[in-house]
Amino acid sequence: MSVKSLRNWAWVHKWSSLVSTLFMLLLCITGLPLIFHHEIGHLTGTEVEAPEMPASTPYASMDDVLASAHALYPSRHVQFFFRDPDETNLWMVSLGETPTSEKNNKVVAVDARTAKVLAQPKFDEGFMYVMFKLHVDLFAGLPGKLFLGAMGILLVTAIVSGVVLYAPFMRKLEFGTVRRDRSPRLKWLDLHNLLGAVTLLWAFAVGLTGVINTWADLVIKFWQYDQMTQMTAPYKNLPPPKKFGSLEQSVRTAQAREPAMRLGFIAFPGTVFSSPHHYGVFMRGTEPLTARLFKPVLIDAQTAQLTDSRELPWYVTALLVSQPLHFGDYGGMPLKILWALLDIITIIVLWSGLVLWWRKRKQPLEAMAAEANINDVTTAAARKPA
Amino acid sequence: MNGVNGQRSLAHIFRWPMVLAVATLIGLLSALIGDGLWDGISWALLVLPVVTGFYLGWRRTIEET
Repeated sequence: MSVKSLRNWAWVHKWSSLVSTLFMLLLCITGLPLIFHHEIGHLTGTEVEAPEMPASTPYASMDDVLASAHALYPSRHVQFFFRDPDETNLWMVSLGETPTSEKNNKVVAVDARTAKVLAQPKFDEGFMYVMFKLHVDLFAGLPGKLFLGAMGILLVTAIVSGVVLYAPFMRKLEFGTVRRDRSPRLKWLDLHNLLGAVTLLWAFAVGLTGVINTWADLVIKFWQYDQMTQMTAPYKNLPPPKKFGSLEQSVRTAQAREPAMRLGFIAFPGTVFSSPHHYGVFMRGTEPLTARLFKPVLIDAQTAQLTDSRELPWYVTALLVSQPLHFGDYGGMPLKILWALLDIITIIVLWSGLVLWWRKRKQPLEAMAAEANINDVTTAAARKPA
Repeated sequence: MNGVNGQRSLAHIFRWPMVLAVATLIGLLSALIGDGLWDGISWALLVLPVVTGFYLGWRRTIEET
């Protein structure tokens, strides 16, 4: 590689890293507890648990579940029914001041078998909430998300340019060499190169899927515009219904349409995942991957009859597939632990990069890279006993 | 593998990083495909970059080549 192009790559690596590194450190550190949010909730008792009952206990009518939750806040609008895929005995019912309001929403946990209210978990307070908000949008909503997405693009840029720069620095070193007994600088440099090389693909994948996740709101908005308006076109000019049909019947209609799938979540009329006239019943598959891929079934909220159901377009599929690859929550506890360890190694890569820059501001990376490429001074120095 | 002046070829330099990257990629995807055995394959492959990083990063002796 020519010295000129090498200098350019070094410039790209330095600036893409420098601009993003503090945010990446924040994301790696806040992401660490988030990997285990389920377990932490379980241990601290903030996670609602459904009482033990025989596995054969039948489910209550969805209409009763709805009535129990709504009775607590009769003036509010039910927005969603959602549940953990691994805990189907528990429905979380969210209620807002309007069908689309996002602030001050209430969540009621209802036992799916007895339709009894179990708890009212608070998702908007506490340590984990702060970690979550710092990780997702820096408490700044959509602009915060998009900003972190931009930082993620810089991370991906830093990884690619780092791979290019790896070659000149490793020309005379065996993979994995860490020169500890020379200077602290060489040690940091070798550690940075080694740990960057081993986490390369993981950091790239988690970085890229994180960037895709920051576009979730926009992707969903586009999906509504692109698909939902088509599916609900016949209802376009009708006034919103005053009385709603049976939720239980609506869910059965959706289940009959997709017998091989399971009920995922339900969006109530007027929310972002439905229309003013429909229950959006979202069915999901049963395999680790297909369980993440929802199929929307729109049910007329007055008649409980099927209106339309379509496969998700590629851009929503891409978003949904990118989520597990970012969260690391799709392969049991061992995968979560590996996720955490890779995250810690990535923190060391970020930190060592920062140290290298701080110590050698006077000898910029551009010069170092060019030097390493020409005569590999650092290695020559390391081989001669001081 | 060493060329002129003891310099290593790109293929040599990137051999182990590539092996680890491919292992990571297959590891990331296999747990998505299924449970049970697929999860096991995923763990076995993703543990490779972790162990490589911690072992080579923390060992005290330096192997001169």
